[in-house]
Amino acid sequence: MTAITLPVGSAPSPVRQPASSAPMIELDRLTKRFSTRLDFAERLAKRLGANVQEYDVHAVDDVSLAIAPGEVVGLVGESGCGKTTLGRMVAGITPPSSGRLLYRGRPIGELSSEEARKAKLKIQMVFQDPMASLNPRLRVSEIIGEAPRVHGLVSRGEKAEYVATIMRKVGLDPAYAARFPHQFSGGQRQRIGIARALAVQPEFLVCDESVAALDVSIQAQIINLFMELRRDLGLTYLFISHDLGVVEHIADRTVIMYLGRVVESAPSDELFAQPNHPYSRALLDEAPRVDTRKRTFAPIKGEIPSPLNPPSGCAFHPRCPHALARCKEERPVLREIAPGRISACHLNDIA
Amino acid sequence: MTQHDPVLEVEDLRTHFFTRAGIAKAVDGVSFALHRGEILGLVGESGSGKSVTGMSILGLIDPPGRIVGGTVRYRGENLATASERRLRQLRGDRIAMIFQDPMMTLNPVLSVETQMVETVLAHEKVSRQQARERAREALVRVGIPSPDERLAAYPHQFSGGMRQRVAIAIALLHRPDVIIADEPTTALDVTIQAQILFEVQKLCRETGTALVWITHDLAVVSGLADRIAVMYAGRIVETGATEEVINRARHPYTHGLLGSVPSRNQRGQPLAQIPGMTPSLLSLPEGCSFRPRCRHASDACLVLPSLSGGDDHGWRCFHPQEGVAA
Repeated sequence: MTAITLPVGSAPSPVRQPASSAPMIELDRLTKRFSTRLDFAERLAKRLGANVQEYDVHAVDDVSLAIAPGEVVGLVGESGCGKTTLGRMVAGITPPSSGRLLYRGRPIGELSSEEARKAKLKIQMVFQDPMASLNPRLRVSEIIGEAPRVHGLVSRGEKAEYVATIMRKVGLDPAYAARFPHQFSGGQRQRIGIARALAVQPEFLVCDESVAALDVSIQAQIINLFMELRRDLGLTYLFISHDLGVVEHIADRTVIMYLGRVVESAPSDELFAQPNHPYSRALLDEAPRVDTRKRTFAPIKGEIPSPLNPPSGCAFHPRCPHALARCKEERPVLREIAPGRISACHLNDIA
Repeated sequence: MTQHDPVLEVEDLRTHFFTRAGIAKAVDGVSFALHRGEILGLVGESGSGKSVTGMSILGLIDPPGRIVGGTVRYRGENLATASERRLRQLRGDRIAMIFQDPMMTLNPVLSVETQMVETVLAHEKVSRQQARERAREALVRVGIPSPDERLAAYPHQFSGGMRQRVAIAIALLHRPDVIIADEPTTALDVTIQAQILFEVQKLCRETGTALVWITHDLAVVSGLADRIAVMYAGRIVETGATEEVINRARHPYTHGLLGSVPSRNQRGQPLAQIPGMTPSLLSLPEGCSFRPRCRHASDACLVLPSLSGGDDHGWRCFHPQEGVAA
């Protein structure tokens, strides 16, 4: 693909900056609670003495994370671990219950409305299901061109040319600009979703399971596109996925979540070579690989507990093969176990 | 019938869909044989015809689709021409099916016990009490804790992984000879998927049930299946022992599929990708359907290649590849 520079706006930052440079995005003890409100009948029942109460789900609990410019951070976890909620908070779609989100060192909540609008524009999201996230009644030219037009990035006259540039950038033929989303295949639709995110010239993309619904051969095309865009536009990514193979391939650093908390974070090559947390180890062991050694599956027991009623202490202890008495009582904190590596496990205190 | 005859033998199966836009040849000449206790991985991308193949075996194709040719022999009996009555006798009893989404196959308003007992009584003359006992055993076999309580529960009270186990338990009730599993773990988390694969592997070894595992995920079948058949646009393009197909893939499409798997590539390097996309089944290219996407295509490919190679490893290609895929 020929390198096409975007006509307006930001100069691409260098491709790979050391992780020590000032973070682009910083999550400071971000927490999201979802509460159930009692409906009328339940309030009435409660007044009559029934045992109903509101309850809280800690979807994301006290997560801190810094992402350097140009870095690709992979966020891995099973369903219900809070990875999507975290991604939506970073993208500014879901407001956090507590904690701060900092963009280039400044909390977004404390910016003036004009500055906050600009900051939010720099953070865009690519969703899992393009059919659910693209308006079926809009033509591709509108889907891609609407936001840059509204935000004054291009004039009305330049719009068609701008849309064509972006479409070429993501590998779509600009001749299809007048078509509707249903006229495209799954992989092409995902490209439209990426083009829409790129149209406002973001610096940071949150990709929530963006390749999960695609066939293997198409998935490879989209992953390659993400890597190309990173190289050409200097994009920074938060790449959310349950697929360890994809994350290992694309991410510089991998963060593993379990039940709303980060359990381990490390450079990808180290983490995949030698996971520290028992949960990370279990995930890696069980991820299917193309490998013909006749393997015997030896799964970890049990399932993710309900976040409504999380286990005491370390949330993983009921499934952990190495659980100690202490794990039931005391919640392990994230500690540095090696430069750039953190893990939350009591076993590290013993070793 | 001897021990060595296949339990299920599909030969030149053709299932076409007669739509207003034309004839979609979803399955166009598929053949394979399945022996006792064997696990066959049927791999393909969306639209390759892998699910339609599974449904055709059980006679579950609805109009406008129709089996237009070929045979499906279960212990020598041709199911493609069997009566609906005979198929009903076999379905769930001798040949069972597991679908991707258990919520679609379990009845949401009946308890698990009711559904399981019903399945037992549909095929066998036993008392309700015995049927319940059988249901309970089946739940234990797939690793569901406290089966007595679980029998009284409704499908919505189960998690996704547990629901799929119930679906598998129902498939196992009559100790079928063949199970056709259509992407049963695709919607599940890796830890749950590993648990299900573990149970399935154990069951096939213990009971001698043969399994057709339909999936798009080469990684899953490479660890599970004894043999693999790769489908593309309604045809099996490569088939053989798992070892052979994965390590010595000959068809360029299989090569491409293996190359697109991220963990087989150098970290951070561009993935080997197959250009283009799956062709529409309504207007398949002449000859080899992979031709327009294939780097090695030549004029020879304008004719449909027949299956070359041996029983152990066969491929449908004029330009078979050597060496290990990326």
